[in-house]
Amino acid sequence: MQRYYQSEIETASREQLLAWQNERLVKQVRHVWDKVPYYRKKMEEKGVSPEDIRGVEDLHKLPFLSKDDLRDAYPYGLLAAPLRDCVRIQSTSGTTGRRVVAFYTQHDVDLWEECCARAIVAAGGTEEDVCHVCYGYGLFTGGPGLNGGSHKVGCLTLPMSSGNTDRQLQFMVDLSSTILCCTPSYAAYLAESIHERGLRDKIKLKAGIFGAEAWSEEMRRDIERSLGIKAYDIYGLTETSGPGVAFECCEQAGMHINEDHFIAEIIDPDTGEVLPEGSKGELVFTSITKEAFPLLRYRTRDICVLSRKPCSCGRTHVKMSKPMGRSDDMLIVKGVNVFPSQIETVLLEQGYQANYQIVVDRVNSSDTLEVMVEMTAENFSDSLGRITEMEKGLVSALKAMLGIYARVRLVAPKTITRSEGKAVRVIDKRKI
Amino acid sequence: MTLQQLSVFLENRAGQLCEVTELLAENHVDMQALNIAETADYGVLRLIVDAPQRAAALLREHCFIVRETPVVQAPVPDKPGGLNDVLRAIADAEIDIEYMYSVLGQKNGLAYMVFRVADPERLDAVLTRLQL
Repeated sequence: MQRYYQSEIETASREQLLAWQNERLVKQVRHVWDKVPYYRKKMEEKGVSPEDIRGVEDLHKLPFLSKDDLRDAYPYGLLAAPLRDCVRIQSTSGTTGRRVVAFYTQHDVDLWEECCARAIVAAGGTEEDVCHVCYGYGLFTGGPGLNGGSHKVGCLTLPMSSGNTDRQLQFMVDLSSTILCCTPSYAAYLAESIHERGLRDKIKLKAGIFGAEAWSEEMRRDIERSLGIKAYDIYGLTETSGPGVAFECCEQAGMHINEDHFIAEIIDPDTGEVLPEGSKGELVFTSITKEAFPLLRYRTRDICVLSRKPCSCGRTHVKMSKPMGRSDDMLIVKGVNVFPSQIETVLLEQGYQANYQIVVDRVNSSDTLEVMVEMTAENFSDSLGRITEMEKGLVSALKAMLGIYARVRLVAPKTITRSEGKAVRVIDKRKI
Repeated sequence: MTLQQLSVFLENRAGQLCEVTELLAENHVDMQALNIAETADYGVLRLIVDAPQRAAALLREHCFIVRETPVVQAPVPDKPGGLNDVLRAIADAEIDIEYMYSVLGQKNGLAYMVFRVADPERLDAVLTRLQL
């Protein structure tokens, strides 16, 4: 069985990897300094110039980039390649409603898809496989990323996108899907549906590549047992390309970061100080091969641990643990990034007060999002019809902002606890 | 005649309605009519009371959301066909009724109904012409 998609790269010596990183980082810093005034300004503010960056050991001298920078620079402020060379955008939600738009040249798309191909091969994928992709397609990176990776490997690719469980199961049975790519919660839901319909003996799945949301070891075991497969984690974020930044190998203990494309650091989220290997902290990425949208020292806000201990799979790239939490208030619901500030923006626009509570739960393996909002005198009416109209307006405004359905629950004024110190804006009941 | 109806936002949870009635009872406000429209999460309590301004102020003091709406209260003969005659007159005048409900008790063989319409003055005039 083919073990690696690009064995010379995936099993390169640490010295070789470092040499690539040094060379590419120096080149990338020069590139953004020349092409992106926003970066040059940030570097000048920190008193750093390209000459100061001679290799990975100088990385800490560069300023951090955050989601706020992406918002401020929207849409073209961080673009490092001419628009005519760009062939694609993908997008994800921003902190306050303005979306993050990432640009790709054909080179960038190819590298991204190669990263996904590495993940598929690590999960046992070959050109004999039928890769069933039910991540969402469109602006969301999940579908396009795994789709491209699957093409690169040479699998028969089923671009199912999300939803329509009946159709998913029909294709899974009729076309003998062998590798399933989706969010872990959707995998759990599909597993239940397969059992309910007595299809367990009719499916040919052998592996799953599940990402875009948090899931526990317990959930992994449940899915593996229920579907008779091996379930692998995959990590990524739109800002750095999409899924495939890191992926699990046969050890199923940590995800190898594609270090020929990304340099990973762990920092103290409060001080910004770089922490030694093995420390728990915020993951920071520098993309050293992207042309259109290279991010230097991008703060992911994901809290995790890195490890360079040798891996039995033979890959030499550093491993990251599953994210253990966030250093900001972002929630991931149904694989979609949700910021409380986005919900607040919608409420204020719709004439409600910014006093609200978000309740996230997982019912039948599927995430639910509920927004509790206090009724206001202005929005209240003696007519139930008018109130439900307002409510529907709020639901559709939230859907437009978040991209997913949020149930709205109108409650009496003063029933949501006012902030005593820190307001309790989010109640996450999911047991992950 | 037109009068002010109070509408109160109520969450669907045990004891919410009782909080309102208790408050009105303690302050000797007399309730004359009551109606509730509800969804799964909340309800709208509509009230006709003897002292609407005072009651509204009291409820607001206790953090209830209250809205005052002009409605028409009209007598309806308490006999078969009594309501039909009134509704016929309203239909002939091409007035839309948004909602209606009855007032508690009856006086001199007359029941009373409360009507919510877009133009209460006009409905009042139509019903006055009926001379009930």
